[in-house]
Amino acid sequence: MNRLRHDPTAIFLLPALLMLAVAFLIPLAGFFVQVLLVEQAPGTLLPAIHQVVASKATLTAVVTTNWIATLVTLFVLLAGYPIAYYLTQANSISASLVIFSIVVPYFTSIIVRTYSWMVLLGRTGIINTVLQALGLTDAPLPLLYNKTAVVIGMAYVLLPYMILTLYAAMKAIDMTYVRAARGLGAGGFYTFRRVYFPMSLPGVLSGSLIVFILATGFFITPALMGGPSDVLIAMLIERAVEINVDWSGAAILSLLLLCVTLLLYALYFRVIDVRRLVGAGR
Amino acid sequence: MTDPTTSSTDTAPPTRKGSAITLTGVTKAYGEDRVVDGVHLDIRPGEFCSLLGPSGSGKTTTLMMIAGFAQIDAGRIELDGKDIAGTPPNKRGFGLVFQNYAIFPHLNVFENVAFPLRARGWPKTDIADRVARALRLVRLERFATSFSRQLSGGQQQRVAIARAIVFEPSVVLMDEPLGALDKNLRYEMQTEIKEIQKQLGMTVVYVTHDQEEAMNLSDRIAIMNAGRIVQAGSPRDVYEKPADRFIGRFLGEANLIPGTVAMASDPHQGVLKLADGQMLHAASLEPLRAGVAATLFIRPERIELAAAESAADPDVNQLSGRVETLSFLGNTLRYMVRSAGGLPVMIECPNNGRDPIFAAGTAVTMRWRVAQSLLLMR
Repeated sequence: MNRLRHDPTAIFLLPALLMLAVAFLIPLAGFFVQVLLVEQAPGTLLPAIHQVVASKATLTAVVTTNWIATLVTLFVLLAGYPIAYYLTQANSISASLVIFSIVVPYFTSIIVRTYSWMVLLGRTGIINTVLQALGLTDAPLPLLYNKTAVVIGMAYVLLPYMILTLYAAMKAIDMTYVRAARGLGAGGFYTFRRVYFPMSLPGVLSGSLIVFILATGFFITPALMGGPSDVLIAMLIERAVEINVDWSGAAILSLLLLCVTLLLYALYFRVIDVRRLVGAGR
Repeated sequence: MTDPTTSSTDTAPPTRKGSAITLTGVTKAYGEDRVVDGVHLDIRPGEFCSLLGPSGSGKTTTLMMIAGFAQIDAGRIELDGKDIAGTPPNKRGFGLVFQNYAIFPHLNVFENVAFPLRARGWPKTDIADRVARALRLVRLERFATSFSRQLSGGQQQRVAIARAIVFEPSVVLMDEPLGALDKNLRYEMQTEIKEIQKQLGMTVVYVTHDQEEAMNLSDRIAIMNAGRIVQAGSPRDVYEKPADRFIGRFLGEANLIPGTVAMASDPHQGVLKLADGQMLHAASLEPLRAGVAATLFIRPERIELAAAESAADPDVNQLSGRVETLSFLGNTLRYMVRSAGGLPVMIECPNNGRDPIFAAGTAVTMRWRVAQSLLLMR
């Protein structure tokens, strides 16, 4: 209510907040309370948590999730940085074209985007067909149903987040600094290393965090494009619900994932001033 | 090659530490619009040369071309006789000071000043030594570990200056470096900049729109208007002998009295007839012809006010009028007097507490020596 005194237009947040509460927060809280407190026999909660968290399946999934999330983040950073830089320097026509090709996939469902990669990478997919037709290989390459495919698929989906975050940060860099560095005797690479890149670092960190946070919760892409040993935490939760009908296991894993995500998001908060992002205040 | 715009009172001493910069027919055009139009300028080694002009006159674009950040569309820029058009900006070896300082925010003061040295691969011990010297020169030794966000505007500008001179360049380019500072600080910084330049002896090319600043700092001022240099000379010369009305008005307050040349006793001495028939004597830098329109130029501080007319004197012009307004400006008194013929004339007198003060409505006589005025043909 304090906000209302400072800014009466905050009352327009109410419908969205209400919807968030009703459709998300309350059911989620209800789920956790129901499964972990109500249905659990007293005294069995902590051993149950220990059993789930310490199990081999969970630990492997945590390792796999973090490893893939890290690879995806690095890949997306390396691919996205030059594109974002290009967008800050290009004229409006070229820039519009690039932005178009980045943003339009957003409008297609993630399943469609994932399947399109499977079409490209499959044994009878486009890449393999072309390679065999050109005689570069005699048998189809196993490009699908492994970690590489998962990383590629997830990177494709998450690339726009990195590019747009980096673009916003890079746009804020005053090119006078680059000009000053060059005029004072620094070559192109030296200027990049000592002036431009350090100034883009906040953008790099916040972009990486957002991509990492999103990657840890991924389900569809790894489920469709990964091999039998590529199990991420979200897939474990799905397994617990769909196959084992282990509600408490699913609840514990969900809570684990939620806590990790919130921790990472708290870190993200420190790196970037979210209020500045939404244009409030200042 | 002699520079036709120099005058006899230039005294910039040549030093081996500064370089000469020569601009010949330098032009920059955006389509049909010539932002810089055929600029010729001969900057001597060790000279402090200002490019002075209103916004849009092309002075910053000219500086950017000297620095190498803007392409030259026509003409040549030479450094000590060598054409530098093909040299990229980081290889030209100039010191640069920008209007917004451009102090790297993620590096502390020491690292900022050390930047040009590190970029050139200087050894560590030399760097430490040079940076300390530069910081001492701008009196910021105690701030070596501070960051730009902890510094005031004046301090940031001093860091920028230290960074620009730390590698002892033969030329320093400055683009309105004091624009963002308040008046007192600006004057203090001007003195510091002049001191540093005298000590180190490098050539300085200084862009500004502030004529007081240009006059205070420069050995020579090049006044730019609409992409061209309209006059270049020592501060005193351009102030007292402007080539045209624009320059006369730009460098300070000026009285510009229109009339027709009634008689020319010799090509450079004549009589101007005003609309009301009054005759004023004046000299001219350009040849006079009877019958053409001309303007009498006289600075407000060169006119004396007296209560009554005095005897006619061939060396003194007199005009009678009535005081319209009197403004108290602190150290000066500014009068607006309406002449008998209806012309407005501005007079400035020092507020010395001795001279009589004429209230609004008083009848007065305005007097000035003929030699203090000038006939302008343009």
